[in-house]
Amino acid sequence: MRKAFVATLCELAATDDRIMLLTGDLGFMALEPFRERFPNRFLNVGAAEQNMIGVATGLAEAGFLPYAYSIATFASLRPFEFIRNGPVLHRLPVRIVGMGMGFEYGHSGHTHYALEDVAALRTLPGLTIVVPADSGQTKTSIRVTHDLPGPVYYSLGKDDQIVVPGLNGQFELGRVCVAREGRHLAFVTVGSVAQEVLAAAAKLAQAGIEAAVIVVANFHPDPEDHLASILSSFDEAITVEAQTPSGGLGAFVATVVATRGLRCRLRIIGVGTAPDGTSGSQIDRWRKYGLDRESLVATVVGESKLVAEAGRL
Amino acid sequence: MTSNPFEFRKVIDPKAMRRIILQQSKRANVGHIGSCLCVVEILSALYSFALEGSGPDDPQRDRFVLSKGHAGLALYAALALRGWLSEYHLETFCGTDTCLGVHPDVAIPGVDFTTGSLGQGICVAVGSALGARLQGSKRRVFCLLSDAECNEGSVWEAAMLAAQHRLSNLHVIVDFNGQQALNLTRDVLDQSNLAERWRAFGWRSSEVDGHSVADLAEALRIDDGLRPNVTVARTIFGKGVSYMEQGIPVTQHHLPVQPINWHYLPMSEDEYRRAIDDLEYGR
Repeated sequence: MRKAFVATLCELAATDDRIMLLTGDLGFMALEPFRERFPNRFLNVGAAEQNMIGVATGLAEAGFLPYAYSIATFASLRPFEFIRNGPVLHRLPVRIVGMGMGFEYGHSGHTHYALEDVAALRTLPGLTIVVPADSGQTKTSIRVTHDLPGPVYYSLGKDDQIVVPGLNGQFELGRVCVAREGRHLAFVTVGSVAQEVLAAAAKLAQAGIEAAVIVVANFHPDPEDHLASILSSFDEAITVEAQTPSGGLGAFVATVVATRGLRCRLRIIGVGTAPDGTSGSQIDRWRKYGLDRESLVATVVGESKLVAEAGRL
Repeated sequence: MTSNPFEFRKVIDPKAMRRIILQQSKRANVGHIGSCLCVVEILSALYSFALEGSGPDDPQRDRFVLSKGHAGLALYAALALRGWLSEYHLETFCGTDTCLGVHPDVAIPGVDFTTGSLGQGICVAVGSALGARLQGSKRRVFCLLSDAECNEGSVWEAAMLAAQHRLSNLHVIVDFNGQQALNLTRDVLDQSNLAERWRAFGWRSSEVDGHSVADLAEALRIDDGLRPNVTVARTIFGKGVSYMEQGIPVTQHHLPVQPINWHYLPMSEDEYRRAIDDLEYGR
């Protein structure tokens, strides 16, 4: 997604001279294409994320369209109050780009895991949040949201190779993407862990369980109506996120189910326990928290009602 | 540029500003009076001489960031006397569903940025100054900090970036009143060498009498094209009201004598009368 972001930003910047790229001294072997092509619109503010957001606010008020880049936790949590009092309060078009969704920084450890950025920023209704699941969706979403008058936060993945089957670069504000149809249950997921959910759905299909996969890629505007209309035809829904479900996807879907009076039973899978000092590769972390394809299959198979309904396992 | 900064414009009268501050804080029964009174001459110098632009909607106007947002009422007084804020709006200070809270909001005509959380305004000011330069605009950016605000690490993040990019179109004024929310600044985080600290960060720095409009106006003209500027303005907390300057809680006898009282306290009727007497008939 990172290459897709930089390439798309370069394309946009070629025709929109308001665009600037700010970095908190990160983005080695990633941001160079922009820096080389638009040296006067590239600014390394140093390892100073609070100031980066403040500077972006001042630039946006002057008419610029600044994209402020750092590792997701540093871009979102460190300057949270600057985001709140800056672009959100002033309704200015600052773009904040957080890199490394979920456990992507695997061996770097907990300080680098983006487990709360989306949940924390969902508390700011004036901020559009975009969480693409793969490079195709990244390209579309960067384009679709480029000219929004208010601020946007992008939670992006480093991985350029992921392709989530069924997404085909779809992205629409206020709507979800149905990456796979199904009739027995609905998975609702966000971000690059969607690839595990799709793989799990394919395995379940072999056993006769048809699981739909719904990918949520933005909040504010929330895709509430669209999601509710889809979930209304299901009895079972499972949310899957490589993040804290508290305030994140799990909380969002639970709110939709409860406030719309939907009949579906909801199961929430995410990172809901306190840090225990361990780290590992992304797949290791996904396994630990039950987010990998095998764990997801096991979770579904363990649901007796579904098993009875499928009659196969 | 002219050698006499008073040549072209009418000075916003500090006494009139203080009158508004006392009247409105009494009417609304709120504090932060000492913080407002001590920046009166700074705001008078800014709005009488330094800030260029045809009005609050002029995109090429100079920008001002009241980074110490708790002096919002002093800013409203300056805006009212400059003619950008109506008396009607001024009377809504701390009212119901008003934009004129204690801390200023960008929704108010003439307020360029919302402030109130310390250490944020200067970062925005740096972005604003950088934007002006990138656009080839001559507009300047002024930013008023409190000395206690310099406790915030983000102030120094901003200071480093401004110096790195030689943002000489940026002028910071530090209200050096020596007071912070619980103690004297020197007893919390001593910053008695504040001007020196800014110099060490690559800024052009000077110290002036923060109650001399002429000295402030002169200092605010500086733009050497090389460095961002900071003026450390020595001020007296509660300036213009003698019992506030001395920290005497006239009617709250349980409190010790300390200037910080007038960071928090609203005025009683008696205190208000004494303050107005001081202002109108005092020094």
